[in-house]
Amino acid sequence: MKFINFISNLDKRWIYLILALCIIIPFLFPVGFPMKTTPPVKSIYDFIEDSIPEGGVVLIGADYDPSTMAELHPMAKVIAAHALSNNLRVLFVTLYPQGAGMAQDAIDNVLKEWNKSNPENQKQLGKDITLLAYVPGVSAVVLKMGEDITQTFNEDGYGNKLSELEVMKGIKNYNDINLMVELAGSSVVLTWLIYANGRYGLKMGIGTTAVSAAEYYSYLQSKQAIGMLGGLKGAAEYEHLLDKKNVYGGRKDASIGMDAQSSAHIFFIILIILGNIAYFVKKRKEGK
Amino acid sequence: MAIATNFWIWIAALLTLAIYSFLYKDNPFYKFAEYLLVGISIGYGVSVYWHNTIITKVYNPLVYDKNFLVLIPLLLGLLMFSRFFKNVSYLSRIPIAFVVGAGTGLSVPSSFEFLFKQVYATMPLKLDFGSLIIVVGVISTLVYFFFSLEHKGFVGRVSRVGITFIMVAFGAAFGYTIMARVSLFIGRIQFLLSDWLGIIK
Repeated sequence: MKFINFISNLDKRWIYLILALCIIIPFLFPVGFPMKTTPPVKSIYDFIEDSIPEGGVVLIGADYDPSTMAELHPMAKVIAAHALSNNLRVLFVTLYPQGAGMAQDAIDNVLKEWNKSNPENQKQLGKDITLLAYVPGVSAVVLKMGEDITQTFNEDGYGNKLSELEVMKGIKNYNDINLMVELAGSSVVLTWLIYANGRYGLKMGIGTTAVSAAEYYSYLQSKQAIGMLGGLKGAAEYEHLLDKKNVYGGRKDASIGMDAQSSAHIFFIILIILGNIAYFVKKRKEGK
Repeated sequence: MAIATNFWIWIAALLTLAIYSFLYKDNPFYKFAEYLLVGISIGYGVSVYWHNTIITKVYNPLVYDKNFLVLIPLLLGLLMFSRFFKNVSYLSRIPIAFVVGAGTGLSVPSSFEFLFKQVYATMPLKLDFGSLIIVVGVISTLVYFFFSLEHKGFVGRVSRVGITFIMVAFGAAFGYTIMARVSLFIGRIQFLLSDWLGIIK
């Protein structure tokens, strides 16, 4: 009973401290927990790898801000790197003002790491990859892109006229986009599914925060999306798949966090079990 | 790897620590970081809207392309500010009516089509265990939310099956939520250990 009282009255700051240690220690002493690739992640990877011809276009929706950057930013980088490795063109688009900063950081990082790893196959901003300028309107923007992408944005996120960019050659609307992967932790995913996929038949993948992942599984089953990356784990799986190709030397932000994720989950499982035991023992005691 | 020499990485690291200091107890460092975040977010948003909307979508077409059609949405947008003046505040209803009308017109047909795809996906195309789970899960959960009949007898038993499915969904969502929150913390720890302190690669 003494232990049960101790658990029940434990100052939550001790729990925060132990959780912090559970996360910091695996970074310092990596264990290398095994990781399996799940079908929703593999189907996006396979589509980019096998179904898009050279010079094809992957549109990446960067609809997130620093608050969900830890989960979604690694996805943006690894998908862009994968597309570049297959000589595909990459367009970033954002419906959030803060998303522009995230996308620019992802582009800078991917280009820097790619060009460092592949000096013989250099990629350039404006020729292989760019960010479409932020335009307010959310669903109106998604709908207008279905008619004319250049007219919707006029310029890229760096102030260049879209009509003059090599990366935009031959791209008019969604008919010229091979795949769109929407990265968001909000309902903006639904906007893309309803308007771009529903109305224009744009093939879509989803990259979302773990909080939202359970909600979006139903869109895989209905085949409205071809695949999904759920949270840090989804990003780590994708990094694992791209790593096998051995073409990109960028830091694997998601993969190196997976040991910490696993140890934190073990800690939470222990907490949930202890909490339940304490609850039922106290309830039984009070019943007597 | 070595400790960061970049000034902005130090700022980001100290602000991260200031925010996490709230876990010990509320303090002025946390308050400062919180207010700074709110202020910067609004300032950033305003500057992006100014450049990407006012300049790109209004000023440039009007001044350089002589596209006077832009005046129509500009006028509608300006009418929103009439809310600040009591005697003409009714004028703000015009742009609101336009937004509501256009928004509804755009979303209703597409949303129905979207919903039908979801309903279609619940219909079993082949008889297997997965399809059975989907059909039973959808029907029993809908029965649980059907309040026109008392949840007794057969309806009660079906709604109890429904609540079991709901609990499983809550469990999955909670598990994913823990994963998400831990991931965010991992992101900051990774930044502190790698970009700031240079302890890990």
